[in-house]
Amino acid sequence: MTRPIAALNFLLTLAVTFLGLLAITFLIGRVVPIDPVLAVVGDRASTETYEAARLQMGLDDPLIVQFVRYVWQVVQGDLGMSVSTGRAVSEDLARVFPATLEMATLGIIIGVGFGVPMGVFAAARQGKWVDQLIRVIGLAGYAIPAFWLGLVGLVIFYANLRWVGGPGRIDLFLDGMVEPRSGLLLIDSVIGRNWEAFRSALSHIILPATILGFFALAYIARMTRSFMLEQLSQEYITTARVKGVPERLILWRHAFRPIWMQLITVIGLSYAGLLEGSVMIETVFSWPGIGNYLTTALLNADMNAVLGATLVIGAVFVGINKGSDALYRLLDPRARA
Amino acid sequence: MSLLSVKNLRVTFPSDHGPVEVVRGLSFDLGRERLGIVGESGSGKSMTGRAIMGLIATPGQVTADVLTFDGVDLRDLPETALRKLRGARMSMILQDPKFSLNPVIRIGPQIEEAMAVHGALTKRQRRARMLDALTAVRIDDPARVARLYPHEVSGGMGQRVMIAMMVVMEPALMIADEPTSALDVSVRGQVLDILDDLVKRRGMGLMLISHDLNMVSRWCDRILVMFQGAIVEEISAGQLYKAQHPYTRGLVASLPRIDESRDRLPVLDRTAL
Repeated sequence: MTRPIAALNFLLTLAVTFLGLLAITFLIGRVVPIDPVLAVVGDRASTETYEAARLQMGLDDPLIVQFVRYVWQVVQGDLGMSVSTGRAVSEDLARVFPATLEMATLGIIIGVGFGVPMGVFAAARQGKWVDQLIRVIGLAGYAIPAFWLGLVGLVIFYANLRWVGGPGRIDLFLDGMVEPRSGLLLIDSVIGRNWEAFRSALSHIILPATILGFFALAYIARMTRSFMLEQLSQEYITTARVKGVPERLILWRHAFRPIWMQLITVIGLSYAGLLEGSVMIETVFSWPGIGNYLTTALLNADMNAVLGATLVIGAVFVGINKGSDALYRLLDPRARA
Repeated sequence: MSLLSVKNLRVTFPSDHGPVEVVRGLSFDLGRERLGIVGESGSGKSMTGRAIMGLIATPGQVTADVLTFDGVDLRDLPETALRKLRGARMSMILQDPKFSLNPVIRIGPQIEEAMAVHGALTKRQRRARMLDALTAVRIDDPARVARLYPHEVSGGMGQRVMIAMMVVMEPALMIADEPTSALDVSVRGQVLDILDDLVKRRGMGLMLISHDLNMVSRWCDRILVMFQGAIVEEISAGQLYKAQHPYTRGLVASLPRIDESRDRLPVLDRTAL
């Protein structure tokens, strides 16, 4: 396929996937036993008021008409009003999503920064104690629940050692002192040259981000290790040895280079996982992110907020997946052909 | 003095049923000549080549009474010293270019790497020599081919790239481990011609490992026939049909010939060995 056609093809599949995502959130909204009209008019409204509201909301139209209207609204950025916060859902999401994004991004940086070298070294020393240790760490990342690690982390590093800040994104007296630009506190405080706020935000984010990073690390290290083992048994590794290439270069240039493009997909997947799967960590750390927002909305039967948040999480997941897939195709000479 | 001297070479691998010896007491000398090593699959011929190159990884074990290359004792030579020899003074051509070339590195840099890791040359000199090496293996458009990835060239060209990569440092010893068995018959002759030319012009000692009796007997100065990890017979060029050992004779007898009609090819009678 030529480049423009491939790009068009890519955009088309992206559009279809998003449409499917919209169909799912739309259907959830119609299937759940929460009456959207009651949520607006209250349960003491008269039958006439109820009927009028129902007509006004277009709920007597055929389902397909309602769906098209829903898609049109979403495309315009209208996700409806949140019953519990009284603000537009899109406005709420624009506020809470950066908090999640900041934590997950720091988490994935930690996960990649430690996970990839760990996987490479485990593969290079297959069967040795380093390998065993890294495998145990990987297994722990699978087996330990996030909320438990979060609680233990808080008890040790916050309550006892006082090394890190506690729950929330920043110390209370600094809350609102940083002018929001990107919504990412670390970046905004640097832009505003507010170093006190930066320190506080960093001390708050470091523990939850490290815990998220640990889960990403476990997965990334395991995948890196198995990719590397596969590469190291290849014949072209023998070729490199025949050429007299030193072991360090064999590891990084000959074995790692063919797999780092595959790793992009793995990293993308775990990044998406951190963005959507931070509900537990956000609850434990009272992190005002999308996971927390979604949980609150669910408990309050705030349907618009639930659907809006679901949509954003789904869109991010699809976006990162498709993005890393495209990046892989672009970077790997074998897939490019 | 011979280039390579091997006495009582043994390669052992541990297994569930105790250690298995895949090469059992091999002895031979190699000068600046073409030495063929033939034998069936599993006879230990590839292991011999890899043992000389120091490529048998743990848990495999290599022992020998003598293992000398150009006056250097290869036994217990530290890995760093061995690495300085590999690729520079001794080299090996592997079987299938589809698997033996790194798929994500362009051909040019792969050839230049052999020079880069052994130092000495500048970047520009390396590039010039890389292009020369590609020309030497009869690639017409070396600058273009150097920019390609291995999957973008044919098997025959891939193997010529492999040869270029291994001769670019002008090694004294070249081990060719089934260099033509992954190639079409029509390309085999070309690749052998190129090797032959390099041996003659650069005075290399060449060890050709193969299971192709005909090819080896036509092409090599001397042939060692291996069976179950040991040399059973040594034959001079063109004397294959005078072979004495029952195994060699069995092998020769089972070759199809174009000037006769047989409904069945005789198979090796292993009970007689």
